[in-house]
Amino acid sequence: MSLEQFLQYVLSGVTNGSIYAMAAIGFNIVYNTTGIINFAQGEFAMLGGMTAISLSAFLPLPLAIALSVFLVSLVGALVDFAFIRRLGKPTVLNMIIMTIGLSIAIREVALHIWDEKVRSLPYFTGTEVSSINIFGAYISPQVLWVLGISGIIVAGLALFFRYTLTGRAMRACASNITAARLCGINTRNMVTVSFMLAAAIGALAGCIVSPITQTQYDCGTPLAIKGFTVAILGGLGNSAGAVAGGIVIGLLEAFSISVLPLAYKDAVAITVLLIILFVRPAGLFGKKEAARLKEF
Amino acid sequence: MKKYFPIAALAVFVILFQAAASLAGREYYLTQLTMAGYYSLVILGLTLVMGYAGQISMGHAAFFAMGGYTAAVMTTHDLAAGGALAQAAVSLGLTVTSTNAFGAKIIHFSPWVSLAAAVVLTVSVAFLIGIPILKLKGHYLAMGTLGFGIIVYRIVLGTHLFGEADGISDVPEFGLAGGIAVSGDPASRVQNYYIAAVMVILTITLLLNLVDSRIGRALRSIHGNEEAAGAMGVDTSRYKLSVFVLSAVFACVAGVFLTHFNGGIGPSQADVMKSVSFVAIVAVGGMANLWGALVMGVVLNFLSLRGYFGSYDELVFGGILIFIMLFFPDGLLRAENFRGPAALLDRARSVLKRGGDNGIS
Repeated sequence: MSLEQFLQYVLSGVTNGSIYAMAAIGFNIVYNTTGIINFAQGEFAMLGGMTAISLSAFLPLPLAIALSVFLVSLVGALVDFAFIRRLGKPTVLNMIIMTIGLSIAIREVALHIWDEKVRSLPYFTGTEVSSINIFGAYISPQVLWVLGISGIIVAGLALFFRYTLTGRAMRACASNITAARLCGINTRNMVTVSFMLAAAIGALAGCIVSPITQTQYDCGTPLAIKGFTVAILGGLGNSAGAVAGGIVIGLLEAFSISVLPLAYKDAVAITVLLIILFVRPAGLFGKKEAARLKEF
Repeated sequence: MKKYFPIAALAVFVILFQAAASLAGREYYLTQLTMAGYYSLVILGLTLVMGYAGQISMGHAAFFAMGGYTAAVMTTHDLAAGGALAQAAVSLGLTVTSTNAFGAKIIHFSPWVSLAAAVVLTVSVAFLIGIPILKLKGHYLAMGTLGFGIIVYRIVLGTHLFGEADGISDVPEFGLAGGIAVSGDPASRVQNYYIAAVMVILTITLLLNLVDSRIGRALRSIHGNEEAAGAMGVDTSRYKLSVFVLSAVFACVAGVFLTHFNGGIGPSQADVMKSVSFVAIVAVGGMANLWGALVMGVVLNFLSLRGYFGSYDELVFGGILIFIMLFFPDGLLRAENFRGPAALLDRARSVLKRGGDNGIS
């Protein structure tokens, strides 16, 4: 393999990996405050892409994306208000089935709003044929957008959780819910905030990849499965782990294409994940307790 | 004896439904009911794993597909051009000759041989994958089993032998005994309906007895608290593994029969959403409730296969999941849900008034 080829695979792997990391971070934010995996996370990305595509017909692109992210975060709040809050003392499995039900429902509503057509946002800069040469490897300028915006999201989240009152309150919920409540934190509202935040991040991720991967009503589920894989690989609830896990999975997939048929791409990353789980049942960076807590 | 009363009632219902469908000239209903019956075998097996042993499996469609694809490959692959191994199979009497859709004669494995091979394959895979995977817990177990399902789906979809995206068609009928055969021939619709019904009745009788036995009590103790069960001398990992393997066999056999009934199999049978729908039906059936799982499994699959909801089919399924988790989180088929409309209205009101004091946060 030549250096250019190697670089090409690395760039494609890191790009996909950063999208997977976005999805995984969405899972982690909700998991940390509620202890549930929100299987509708992928649908937030699909809704974000679709809404932005519809809005971009009569709004400038940055405004369409911003409005779409805002609207989808409202959908996230609605999911909590209308459904999660109404569950009475649910088991983890009940909550999983609930979010699977929501995921199916959102996807099917999207099918009836936007039909089956494959759509995409325009490239943020340039067109689908423009490319940038980096040490002999060619990438689309959109890749730089994806990497840049995911980097900003990760950094922004780190600052949010460290320096804002809401962010700190959410971390308190994650580490000890009873203690957080005793400190006067409204843990209920933190759940709503976490759903909104996860939805907003999902929607933004859905917008920035739309020019590359395109958007269809059913594109959420594969992304959710990737995000779940990455979240588990990095250790549930660990967002730095999610970034590392995302890049590992992205690179594995990119390089698997050079040895195995494309059809097996999805199976390769998951096989590696299973092997890692068999050796380290809590993922690469997860705590042992986290994998034991909150069982079914 | 009390346990067998509902089984007798089921048998009576099976007969009455067939009689009514035939009298009304709507025997085609039986086709979808037969298919729903086979799917409910998977769901019953999964109920044992989820409801009684408390272990989630989001990859059971993989076992169904293993059964179906093994049967399909072995009964459609022409051995006439094969090498020494094919010769040996022929001379051992493991093969039969039949005519395919193009009128050509082909020599292929007997469906009995492929059924046995499918079961052996499934038991081995479930056993080998079950040992490490059942050590995982909670969401990690969900991911592990989901991952296994995806791997099988991708293999099926990407391998030439399994027909890739087209699947395998022209699967011959499966002659059981005395002229009774599992086949999609409209003339033997009633006969096939009864084959599926007998399979369902046998399965539920077996499982009802199993959960009422020493094994069933051991499983429930694992569900309640795995450490405590272990401390009481229950070999938890062995029980979890045996139940996992047993439920995989049910899924595999269902796959074999349905493939012969449909005359083919496609990759959608191995899809992740299929596994998810099996899990969801066990949950809406009430988790540790074999009858609930059977009723929900047959009813939901029947309605969906009949296409009553058209393009809203999936939406209705999602809606049912949400509705049952909100209003009947312990399943529909419970005595407390049959105390008249006033009690139900009360429950609806209390759900809508709930402000989130539910222990999630």
